[in-house]
Amino acid sequence: MIGRITRTVDRISTTATEERDFLTVKNLKVAFPTEDGLVQAVDDVSFAVEKGSTLAIVGESGSGKSVTAQAVMGLLDRRTAKVSGEIWLNNVELLGLPSSEMQAMRGDDLAMIFQDPMSSLHPFYRVGDQIVEAMRAHRKVKPKEAKREVVDMFKRVGIPAPERRVDAFPHQLSGGMRQRVMIAMALINSPDLLIADEPTTALDVTVQAQILELIQDLQKDFGTTVIVITHDLGIVADMADEVAVMYGARIVERGPTKTIFETPEMPYTLGLLSSIPRMDVEAGGRLLPIPGNPPSPIRLPKGCVFEPRCRYKAMTNGLSETVRPELLPTAGSPDHLVRCHLMPETRKRIAGEVLASLAEATKA
Amino acid sequence: MTTMSKGAVVDVPIAPDTASSGSVVKVTGLKTHFPVRSRGLLPRVVGYVKAVDGIDLDIGAGETLGLVGESGSGKTTAARSILMLVRPTAGTIELEGLEVTKLSTKQLVPIRRKAAMIFQDPYNALNPRHTVGTIISAPFLVQKITPEGGIKKAVQELMERVGLNPEHYNRYPNEFSGGQRQRIGIARAVALRPKLIVCDEPVSALDVSIQAQILNLLRDLQQDFGLSYLFVAHDLAVVRQISHRVSVMYLGKIMEHASRKVLYSAPLHPYTHSLLSAVPIPNPEEQRHRTRIVLRGDIPSPIDPPSGCVFRTRCFQAREKCAEEVPPLIEVAPGHKVACHFPVTVDELPGALHVAEVEPSIGPQSAGEAVVEIPVDAAVPSQGQTPHA
Repeated sequence: MIGRITRTVDRISTTATEERDFLTVKNLKVAFPTEDGLVQAVDDVSFAVEKGSTLAIVGESGSGKSVTAQAVMGLLDRRTAKVSGEIWLNNVELLGLPSSEMQAMRGDDLAMIFQDPMSSLHPFYRVGDQIVEAMRAHRKVKPKEAKREVVDMFKRVGIPAPERRVDAFPHQLSGGMRQRVMIAMALINSPDLLIADEPTTALDVTVQAQILELIQDLQKDFGTTVIVITHDLGIVADMADEVAVMYGARIVERGPTKTIFETPEMPYTLGLLSSIPRMDVEAGGRLLPIPGNPPSPIRLPKGCVFEPRCRYKAMTNGLSETVRPELLPTAGSPDHLVRCHLMPETRKRIAGEVLASLAEATKA
Repeated sequence: MTTMSKGAVVDVPIAPDTASSGSVVKVTGLKTHFPVRSRGLLPRVVGYVKAVDGIDLDIGAGETLGLVGESGSGKTTAARSILMLVRPTAGTIELEGLEVTKLSTKQLVPIRRKAAMIFQDPYNALNPRHTVGTIISAPFLVQKITPEGGIKKAVQELMERVGLNPEHYNRYPNEFSGGQRQRIGIARAVALRPKLIVCDEPVSALDVSIQAQILNLLRDLQQDFGLSYLFVAHDLAVVRQISHRVSVMYLGKIMEHASRKVLYSAPLHPYTHSLLSAVPIPNPEEQRHRTRIVLRGDIPSPIDPPSGCVFRTRCFQAREKCAEEVPPLIEVAPGHKVACHFPVTVDELPGALHVAEVEPSIGPQSAGEAVVEIPVDAAVPSQGQTPHA
């Protein structure tokens, strides 16, 4: 096992809000044993989501964001993945459930939208029939009523001519339309929790805008709790109430969206915010990239996972090379957590400088 | 089939300073149509996918022209046609003043050293069985060029220049990360010091923290070698970062063309407005108070493009005239061209333009419903034969 992490702090922050939290993930760890060694895909991830709110999990490939979602959905193969920790949904602990009970909940209480709609729709069956099947797996409905319900849902998600589209095969629909079909399928049993894993990455901006708006509208109407997994900070700014930034299998910063964008403290979050080409910043200058590459999940750095790429590692007196930092609340705001060895004052000063130059550029 | 004359294209006023002598590449009236054949024993051509339908471009030395558009807009086909990787149906392409569309494949070989391409997917663009050294030296071998000091030395210098360790000469692509593979592709593209590099979505497959590294590298190489880029991408923020001028494509046609500054701050075409407003800004305060123009439906099929203006089926400005007449690409200010009957400025945009109000006033709402009548095509005569219904 790589490093030992004290969890007291996280526990305090989660118990404080336990009553109103609808989904609580505590100390989630997922590891895959492979020939090359143990891949620690998710390490000590804890978060809580209030009912009806939206959590965004931000991270690059290999950061563990999708595996976290799969763990919540119970989609990990327990023969190949070692999962530990707790996942509470509506006072039910999901990781301890027998697979038959998890199957009954999946698609009913919690549902997921994937990045690639083609891989989640069966090419041989009509889309309407596939949704009816999802419906009848969880409740008794007469075929005629089921079809009517599907047509209604298609109308709801903005599919034109729904009466005809229910009989279409997936290949007859455009990418945006397929994504809508998948959203319709995910929502047909009115789940309490919807996980959207890169829901618009394969789509054009104009269609992306449609889909994001659709998810937000449906969330308002049905009171669905949403977890959106993305690498696009624009989408996060648009949708999320809270943000968890993942890097190297861990959450490195977590807090309300406003806080993460306005007063981030973790150097990785700062790096992301200042390295992306932004529409609201004067273009043409050099970008300030994060040097290096994301770490391999097989050989994660010993100390802070971001240490090899961190511009400020010299300021930790070598601590970041040897010791795993904990996810700790920042001074003054208990719901803003940062995993960083830098002294709080140093972090604030660095963040202040970076954000000031960014604000300068925004004005220009 | 390719007998149409050059002069048949919509007449676009071109500023005198962009005469062919000053441009590295000058494209006039480029059309690339793919035939659609019927099934059966005797396949017949039943129509054409008009992937690129009459576009003009020119790129000066050391300049980057961004080409943006949704998938299906024809931007990739345009890029490939300009490199003669796909034979265009009509139009001319002048590379440093030399017309290349009539040249045979063999005649094109020596010309190809002037232009190179960087591909979207760094995983598929490199042969997994070849070492990095072999991959980057391929252009030298194909063109039978021996650089001073030998190929190996030149390749190692290139590797160093793009930020790779020259000692990794004998490694295979699978030993590199996505960002490093893209660097390999870039080293191969600049190996022969081409004049023009066509970048087709060069950063969209990379992690966000890597994109900035590659964009900076492209910019540095441009300054060092005086390269011209045709930068094809769907990400408007990325295009804005690297381009000097930008053309917006939709369904095979250029909708708007302007300098970066003008296009992003004072666009006139309704399509450009909608594209820009659809990009979410990473600033929660601003993003949630922005007016968004959400287009309904998808891009129509390029087999049966709408009559008149191709964008009218999704346009909030669409009126009857748009269905009848193809709007020509007109220069409205020096260097700013718009193909729209009813252009709007940012200030003229309906104040609280909200989704519900932006239903297209004419025509259907989605691709599936696309108009099926054959375009009247007043200004642009199509192929030598009449298209079949």
